[in-house]
Amino acid sequence: MNKVMDNKNNTDKYIVTRNACKLCSPLGASIVLRGIENSMPILHGSQGCATYIRRYLISHFNEPIDIASSNFTESEVVFGGSSNLNQSLDNVTKQYEPDIIGVATTCLSETIGDDVPRFLREYKKEREGRKIPEIFTVSTPSYKGSHMEGFHQTLKAVVDAIPGDEIKTDSVNLFPGFISTADLRHLKEIFEDFGVNPIMLPDYSETLDGTSWETYNKISPGGTPVSEIKKMGGARESIEFGKTLSEVESAGKNLEKKFGVKCSSLGLPIGIRETDTLMDLMEKLSGKSMPEKYVKERERLIDAMSDGHKYVMGIKAVVYGEEDFVAGIASMLLEIGVVPSLCASGGKSGFLEEKIRSMAEGYTDEEIIVKDGVDFMDISEIAKEINPDMIVGNSKGYTLSRTINKPLVRVGFPIHDRIGGQRILHIGYRGAQQLFDMVTNTVIQYRQDSSPVGYTYM
Amino acid sequence: MGNKNNKVFDPEFVKQEMIKKYPAKVARKRAKGIVVNKIEGEDKVVPEIQANVRTIPGIITQRGCCYAGCKGVVLGPTRDILNLTHGPIGCGFYSWLTRRNQTKPETETSENYMPYCFSTDMQDEDIVFGGEKKLKQAIREAMEIFKPKAIGIFSTCPVGLIGDDVHAVARDMREEFPGTNIFGFSCEGYKGVTQSAGHHIANNELYKHIIGENDTPLDAKFKVNMLGEYNIGGDAFEIERMFNESGLTLNSSFSGNSSYDQFARAHTADLDVVMCHRSINYMAEMLEAKFGIPWFKVNFIGAKDSAKSMRKIAKYFDDKELTAKIEAFIEKEMAEVEKVRLDVIKRTEGKTAALFVGGSRAHHYQELFKELGMKTISSGYEFGHRDDYEGRKVLDTIKVDADSRNIEELTIEKDEARYKARKSEAELDALKSDKDFEMNDYVGLMPDSEEGSLIIDDISHYETEKLLEICKPDIFCAGIKEKYVVQKWGVPLKQLHSYDYGGPYAGFKGAINFYKEIDRMLSSKVWADIKAPWEQSPELVAKYAFNN
Ligand code: SF4
Ligand code: SF4
Repeated sequence: MNKVMDNKNNTDKYIVTRNACKLCSPLGASIVLRGIENSMPILHGSQGCATYIRRYLISHFNEPIDIASSNFTESEVVFGGSSNLNQSLDNVTKQYEPDIIGVATTCLSETIGDDVPRFLREYKKEREGRKIPEIFTVSTPSYKGSHMEGFHQTLKAVVDAIPGDEIKTDSVNLFPGFISTADLRHLKEIFEDFGVNPIMLPDYSETLDGTSWETYNKISPGGTPVSEIKKMGGARESIEFGKTLSEVESAGKNLEKKFGVKCSSLGLPIGIRETDTLMDLMEKLSGKSMPEKYVKERERLIDAMSDGHKYVMGIKAVVYGEEDFVAGIASMLLEIGVVPSLCASGGKSGFLEEKIRSMAEGYTDEEIIVKDGVDFMDISEIAKEINPDMIVGNSKGYTLSRTINKPLVRVGFPIHDRIGGQRILHIGYRGAQQLFDMVTNTVIQYRQDSSPVGYTYM
Repeated sequence: MGNKNNKVFDPEFVKQEMIKKYPAKVARKRAKGIVVNKIEGEDKVVPEIQANVRTIPGIITQRGCCYAGCKGVVLGPTRDILNLTHGPIGCGFYSWLTRRNQTKPETETSENYMPYCFSTDMQDEDIVFGGEKKLKQAIREAMEIFKPKAIGIFSTCPVGLIGDDVHAVARDMREEFPGTNIFGFSCEGYKGVTQSAGHHIANNELYKHIIGENDTPLDAKFKVNMLGEYNIGGDAFEIERMFNESGLTLNSSFSGNSSYDQFARAHTADLDVVMCHRSINYMAEMLEAKFGIPWFKVNFIGAKDSAKSMRKIAKYFDDKELTAKIEAFIEKEMAEVEKVRLDVIKRTEGKTAALFVGGSRAHHYQELFKELGMKTISSGYEFGHRDDYEGRKVLDTIKVDADSRNIEELTIEKDEARYKARKSEAELDALKSDKDFEMNDYVGLMPDSEEGSLIIDDISHYETEKLLEICKPDIFCAGIKEKYVVQKWGVPLKQLHSYDYGGPYAGFKGAINFYKEIDRMLSSKVWADIKAPWEQSPELVAKYAFNN
């Protein structure tokens, strides 16, 4: 397959997964569905999956997250889940009055081979003439991919099911990938400042990071309206973020094929270089030059880097998480002189190594190790050899950080041992500024804490 | 029922509001699981409630699955049995260290696998061609890495379907690694209707594979097994302290802070006490039938109930010295408890709580609220059965449905060689005929709850919101899934699954912690900044105010 498989560190020895660095498919589907206005996910299978996934997402986002299930018991396993699915569609519709319902499969319904598309066709046919929500389905067995596959498959399924051959509009489709709610808000701000109207999918910036409520909400307010999704086929262009995504059949490419909407694939705009690329594209799209505000942000960032880079120059970091996210963070770290000595992911698109190498010119394969399809014990084993100065990634790296006594900079998903994980800004110049400060201060604090004197002055 | 605003709520009205939006069939079904509490006569007879039946598809439940109950709840807190999830990655990942059970290995280097989440991470080809080979390989690898004394294999949904036989694999692997006890659990998520099925399966396999392995009893007096205590937030540590300081010996714990060896010698105890009746009553009954260990229910949540439970144990052993020691201990502890309680109650008296947790906590925690002068206006379980609500007296009348029938019921026979009567017939009879002693009994949640409070089994997300909208309790106790929606309404939520990093709340020290925590939560200024929906629209309040 790819180069990653020939291993130098013995980590591919094990087939058992020990402390996974990936989550399961329907979780990704659920996140996308939370980013569509007035939508409800139904996970087709036993209730445990929905409960686990809700529980897990809530611990990161600290927001209510409703995910329904078709509640299989033993008899559905034997006779199939169509009647349960119908019931759950009816009940969800009645209680929540959603505009759209997404039915994501689980390992169980996939294993028994439920033909969900057919179930839905029949369901809709039986209700012809009655007002029912839009309903679509996506196949998300976790034995075929991680939460990121679930995320992207669901986007694809949405744009497959919803947009029609619409009249051309001025909008730009934006597929931001799996980033924080603060990131989504910042993206919208950038588009607005350039005067470009985005249709962003998904948009969970409000649904998963909301305010306290003043009125009753059956479903958290916010998200991309279905009426907007319908217009995606008529947009002037699409932008999608994700380096490894650029290689696969994605929602953006799907629209390109079906409606001829040109799709540009960019890396996640983390760090200066990737943000510059986005800004260039925004200039082209809008015909405007970058607003003063961003020029200033960029200059301030460069100024801060020249002041602060001496603290971080040459230090070694272990980076892990989703592949595209790791590529983004690695790119940003390289810019400030931090060596991402280990770039690791539980995902396995097969493109991570190539993407990292392309931006880490001048570094040898020993200086920067790239591993996909690994778990946290693999990561720990390599990390112990590397002896990094810091660890950059989600809460699951805490155990490693504790064992090797090196600080953990918390970014990405999931963060369930701190508050505000969902509000971390990673993207744009502003995000780069915050990451730079965070990384640098972590290094300074570590040195300060381990100095015998405890200087209070830099 | 009044709350601090002296608004009066009609529980029947609340119930109707909860179900009126449902399709007729769903409404009829849900109506049976929502009951206005009524306690009649000396026998404390309560109305029948529908419990332990399937959740209706599409109704969002807080319930988990059989696998969660087996692996997460019962086996999760045991440190030296390596848990290996056989299935796709999600199930294992989501049950990885999320219940915050604490454990204290004997030494720093003693076995502790709780921080590890091992999974066969099934892929497409395993689903198609079967996963037994991969499972075996995973066990070999686990042996190579840790050489654990025991490995438990937990099946998730696809396993049974594709025909993998985890028990056969376990047998083969036991032969390959004779020094390690390897056993499987058929706890596929779709079995039963909640995690409760998983508790039962966990009990069964522990019984079959570990209990009775070690016949050497501890050299100590008054050996007690603590059943159904999972050491969330360090609860078991506090109970152990209480035991130690009052002359009791903790023989084994099921399963907070537990170890393999404790399970192996469980049958040598003098007494079983049961905290969470739902998850572990099977074990109590099996240990009694096979080895002759008597059991009764205790509750170490709440200072008064803790004292009562200690006294019950004293009475059982009927030893002067022990009784004196226990009494002295209670007196000393209660003095400290009362100091804090009398201060806190000034601010908590008359306030209201709602509790929706698990299969015993919604009952136990009412005691702590009572001690603070607070009323529990509504409560219910996620996975309780009718006996957990109405008491074991209804056991004979519970219909076994198809979903429960598929959980193996072990036939237990007396172990002639090892059965030992702990008490004479006469002594046991005396205890059994003492009504207040409640030998081999559990009275259930309802007889202990407020008259007129609303008892709701498997409360749905939607019903939760209705309850908040209409009753607005001063505090809501549930789990993280409910936490943020409840707080959107300006009502503080205390997690009683994980304790929000707090605890312990069991025993005397725990009661003090809990009083202080509730005091902090109720007095916080932050809730004043949140205007709840009904404060925005006063007509809503008017609509729901009743005088009856
Ligand atoms: S069965 Fe599949 S979908 Fe369900 S939790 Fe497990 S991995 Fe996720
Ligand atoms: S797949 Fe089955 S075992 Fe796994 S979480 Fe879902 S319901 Fe539970």
